Amino acid sequence: MWKTLRQIGRIGIVTEPPPASDETLRIAGALQSRILEVLGRALYIRAIDAGSCNGCELEIHALNNPLYNIESLGIRFVASPRHADLLLITGPVARNMEVALRRTYDATPDPKLVIAIGDCGCTGGIFGESYASCGRVSNVVPVDVAVPGCPPSPHQILSGILTAISKANLKPRAS
Amino acid sequence: MALQRWFDRAAQQSESNGGGVIAGAPKAWSLTVVRDEWRQAAEHMASHDGRLLSLWASRDDKGDEVVRAAYIANPGVLVLSLPLTDVDYPGIEQWFAAANRMQRAVADLSGLRTTDSDTRPWLRHAAWPESFHPLIHVNTPPSPPVPVIDHYPFVPVEGDGVHEIPVGPVHAGIIEPGHFRFSVVGEKVLRLEERLGYVHKGIERRFGELPMLSGHRLAARVSGDSAVSFSWAYCQAMEGMAGANLPARAAWLRALALELERLANHLGDLGAIGNDAGFAFGLAQFSRLKEELLRASERALGQRYLMDFVVPGGTRTDLSSAGARGLLECIESIEAEVDTLRTIYDEHAGVRDRFVGAGVVTPALAAKLGLTGLAGRASGQAFDLRCDLPCDPYGDLTPKKTVRTEGDVAARVAVRFDEVAESTRLMQQILRRLPAGLHHAAISVPDEGALGIGMIEGWRGPTFLALEAGGGGVIRRCHPHDPSWQNWPVIEHAIIDNIVPDFPLINKSFNLSYSGHDL
Repeated sequence: MWKTLRQIGRIGIVTEPPPASDETLRIAGALQSRILEVLGRALYIRAIDAGSCNGCELEIHALNNPLYNIESLGIRFVASPRHADLLLITGPVARNMEVALRRTYDATPDPKLVIAIGDCGCTGGIFGESYASCGRVSNVVPVDVAVPGCPPSPHQILSGILTAISKANLKPRAS
Repeated sequence: MALQRWFDRAAQQSESNGGGVIAGAPKAWSLTVVRDEWRQAAEHMASHDGRLLSLWASRDDKGDEVVRAAYIANPGVLVLSLPLTDVDYPGIEQWFAAANRMQRAVADLSGLRTTDSDTRPWLRHAAWPESFHPLIHVNTPPSPPVPVIDHYPFVPVEGDGVHEIPVGPVHAGIIEPGHFRFSVVGEKVLRLEERLGYVHKGIERRFGELPMLSGHRLAARVSGDSAVSFSWAYCQAMEGMAGANLPARAAWLRALALELERLANHLGDLGAIGNDAGFAFGLAQFSRLKEELLRASERALGQRYLMDFVVPGGTRTDLSSAGARGLLECIESIEAEVDTLRTIYDEHAGVRDRFVGAGVVTPALAAKLGLTGLAGRASGQAFDLRCDLPCDPYGDLTPKKTVRTEGDVAARVAVRFDEVAESTRLMQQILRRLPAGLHHAAISVPDEGALGIGMIEGWRGPTFLALEAGGGGVIRRCHPHDPSWQNWPVIEHAIIDNIVPDFPLINKSFNLSYSGHDL
């Protein structure tokens, strides 16, 4: 036990300051800061892999490491879409995942935000659209912010999340 | 002996008859066989410790359908081709259990059926009709107007108190999608049946639309965590077909990248496996080390994940001496830190309690089911391409093979720890001995009809890729194969008699690829 404690003490706190939000990532028109009124600083995220090569997942995982320490920003990854304010979706959307993605989206309570992660989530990437791929995420569910990159770095993903929440206009979507 | 006969015949068969040495990976031969020989060869391979690497369908030079199987045995690799003369071809599931899903995938994508009894679809769900074979038919049928979910006939388990737990495809974490159907009594798992294919995104057909010179980019994205393994396998096949000489420096830089990929994944897994055993400290510590490694990799080679580092003819960027020094420092510091953390993992009673005896795959079962790669080495399957069939520069690096026989989570963790130590040793060697010269040389496009294979020991296991050149510099056929194909079915056995809450831990200790399998 003392070895564990000594290691914790020796390493200390390594968390770094978060990046500034980046307006250039916004794709869904003028949004307001309503999420802050509704949710304060707490944001629950559900990550969905809709067909990614798993590269983007590696970088989403990195957000939980002590250097990015996403929980210190009041952001948490949750296990169910029913608990989530925001969906982080990687793509391209495989046709075999289309129903599961739509159902997960529908299970997320309004108001909700959606971020498409990675080149494939943004455009379909190298896989494009085919018999097996629906292409970009916005071909299947509405997307608020798109974060390109292959894979995007944790900073870029964090920046996209902050962009989405800092001025989000979370009106319940007409379904 | 029976096995050697096949290799001798392959060596003698002329190229015009579909035989001879195959370009790319070392010690590989090709042999065209007839229907009866297809089964005979499988039987001989199975009885002489041969292993099935991959099975896929293609077309020969005349455009006729063939099914191919790649085996690895003592003399090397043998790729058998069976021209289809009948409505079906003989199944080999009775000798190689892993062939079941590969044969079903061939039926889905190319429409060639076996004589084996399991005819359920595998990669095809409901997104395209049964009559459409994406690797054969050019025109894509319209997708259903409303996406539907099909009914998959899982094998039912009946009895007093037995119930089913369906899990997925969307899982409760940041992981890839797949479906697990547990049949349980109380907490104990009686049976697990997997259903995969959810992230099938048409990779093999997409390869056919790409020029040879950019196929490595798609190969790198077959499974993002194995980008270097797949792009190297692709380039190895293509360079062999083109008769290109890889500059020594390029080969050494590729090995550096491959070991970086191995180290990054092992660090990530060691943290995540600790976390799944309730030891959050492990995740915090190992994910910190992994982040430091990724940043060092970005400073030295320009990328955190080396998606497009391996390119045909060499590597995309060179390594400066300052970059090499930075990387060396980072690797030395990680080596020391991992030593400390290994002692903590080894001495922690709670962690040991969860690791030891969980998800056991005995060496006998592993051999029977063809468990491969890292998980195989934790169950007595002492195979590592870097040692057994080394490509440059591994012959010079003399990597040590790690083998355990316990076959439980603890063994898979121990193999990772050993391989972290060995990888850091290899990288230090590479960084100190890196040959001078070019990191890239021009490469010509292989002639139409050329066949090559690539075979690289990725962090998860042997990564296999078969490549065929078309006319005008395009890819005629490319079949990438992740070792997850062999290992996914074994998890169904590893979980038997364990409790449901141990599944995430056991599954993570294998950490198989969904994308690399679903293609």
